[in-house]
Amino acid sequence: MLTILFDGIAYGMLLFVLACGLSVTLGLMNFVNLAHGAFAMAGGYITLILVNRAGLPFFAGLAIAFFVTALIGVVFERTLYVHVYGKSHLDQVLFTIGLVFMAVAAVDYVMGSQQVFIQIPSALQGRFEIFGVGVGRYRLLIIVVCGLLTLALQLILSSTRFGSRLRASVDDARVARGLGVNVNAVFTLTFAAGSGLAGLGGALGAEILGLDPTFPLKYMVYFLIVVTVGGTSSITGPFAASLLIGIADVAGKYYVPKFGAFVIYTIMIVLLILRPQGLFARAAGR
Amino acid sequence: MASALVAEVGRRLATRARWRPLEYAFWLAALASLFLVPGRHLILTEIAWLALFALSLDLILGYAGIISLGHAAFFGLGSYLAALLAKRGIINEPVLALVLSGVCAAVLGFATSFLVLRGSDLTRLMVTLGVALIMREIANQIPDITGGADGLQGVVIGPILGVFQFDIFGHVAYAYCLAVLFVLFLLARRVVYSPFGLSLRAVKGNPLRAASISISVNARLVAIYTFAAFYAGIAGALLAQTTAFASLDVFSFERSADLLLVLIIGGTGYLYGGLIGAVIFKLMQDWIANLTPQYWQFWIGLVLVLIVLIGRDRIGLWTGGVRVLAERVTRRLAPGAAPVPVPPGEGS
Repeated sequence: MLTILFDGIAYGMLLFVLACGLSVTLGLMNFVNLAHGAFAMAGGYITLILVNRAGLPFFAGLAIAFFVTALIGVVFERTLYVHVYGKSHLDQVLFTIGLVFMAVAAVDYVMGSQQVFIQIPSALQGRFEIFGVGVGRYRLLIIVVCGLLTLALQLILSSTRFGSRLRASVDDARVARGLGVNVNAVFTLTFAAGSGLAGLGGALGAEILGLDPTFPLKYMVYFLIVVTVGGTSSITGPFAASLLIGIADVAGKYYVPKFGAFVIYTIMIVLLILRPQGLFARAAGR
Repeated sequence: MASALVAEVGRRLATRARWRPLEYAFWLAALASLFLVPGRHLILTEIAWLALFALSLDLILGYAGIISLGHAAFFGLGSYLAALLAKRGIINEPVLALVLSGVCAAVLGFATSFLVLRGSDLTRLMVTLGVALIMREIANQIPDITGGADGLQGVVIGPILGVFQFDIFGHVAYAYCLAVLFVLFLLARRVVYSPFGLSLRAVKGNPLRAASISISVNARLVAIYTFAAFYAGIAGALLAQTTAFASLDVFSFERSADLLLVLIIGGTGYLYGGLIGAVIFKLMQDWIANLTPQYWQFWIGLVLVLIVLIGRDRIGLWTGGVRVLAERVTRRLAPGAAPVPVPPGEGS
């Protein structure tokens, strides 16, 4: 029982790291980025190449995955995404679906279509017991890493100058511009960080979520659920939503395996109907 | 005064609804393809049901402005129902099974239409996607009925109207699909050019203003969503009947996404968009799949990205040009008819 809760929390934390970038881009630019999962996949494959083929240590691989994915994010944002901000949601959806299709086929071409695993150090494998609760070492690592990241994000957002600029831009981009905030630069940075986090999440999660070329399509729904349920005005909303979904999904798959997938979709639809603005969002002021 | 206005509006609607020469040409070409290219009937069959499916999406996206990423839910339901009805021997006659599948899809459409009334574009995307995923999961979880991941095999479709038996070359199948497409197209055309269709456009343009001139926005949206679901169900049933097979693939996200591409290629907001899009999409897919069988999705994705970057309006120009040409031809052939000005931005 507690093990399930523990696994659920690990899963939820992972989802949060994967999806928080998406929530900020959506909130900041009102941009529907269905290709977010592609960045996560990129991070996963970069780590795979570095660790399995080049023999780098696992943690170095994670760090490099973060920065490389962030860099890819900046390049894509500056060259492609920037043209699509002003367009309708339909255009944005089409555009990002197109990117996903391209990413899936390209990775399939380069890396093959089979599921792959990143070699994790033996110190992180296996599980041990605390007070009778089975704890997987790797899942504990995920919780620690993601917990630290969440804390760091919260601190950056709440008490740095960049954080307050970001919050101002999310609240009202026009007024923020009028007050001299360079919203575009804020956005590019945030996009990069969000992509990087997705890449990191993809690398960390390869062990649990699996990694194959269809990753962006398979988990797109989960990211979107986190964002729509959590709302886009803060990071605590998506965080709580991630935990909720992570625990519900793991528990659902464990207790009622036949209806495992229903649980998550049903939760999503019900929540969307009851709280279209997100579970924790305040009513939009605009 | 008011009656004069009513007469004027009626006259305008009638002028709009008049058949253009190019429309005759389009359907004559479709009819001719039945006899002239018998070797290509298999792909033409696919084009026909895809065109119907795209027409269905156009009804809600192009005319009512509802973005859907889960239109495959209705397509899949129709597909499975048609296959099941034939396999279990409940209804052996394809046309009757077709209508029943469509009606069941419409019931699902009606039930889920209330979910898309609320919220923003993003919420609608999520909810429609969620419905399709749930449908897929249901089909996956009841393998006794649906065959699960293996699909529904061993379906035997009876002869159409008890007379025409499906053949392996797809001649009958194509004629059947084309006939269904034509009949349903006529129906859609009637609906779109009716006052109801006009009110839908008003809702799409601005729901708030539409409501303030006493159009009941929600009722209209529910109606068109249900109607479109009926069409999607029929399209799915056509697929199942012509291939004698149904699999989980009919509910897949890729199917809904591809459908959006089909419609975007042809242009939204006019009935031929889905039809033309289906022709171009299938030919393109066929061509690319011959070049790179495994990676054709890459090129589909590239087309999507390029379409958006270039701008759908500019892509729409070529169809717009054709339509302007059509107007001119119409005027030359029927000099008495007043030209109906096409407002800029319409149909894109």
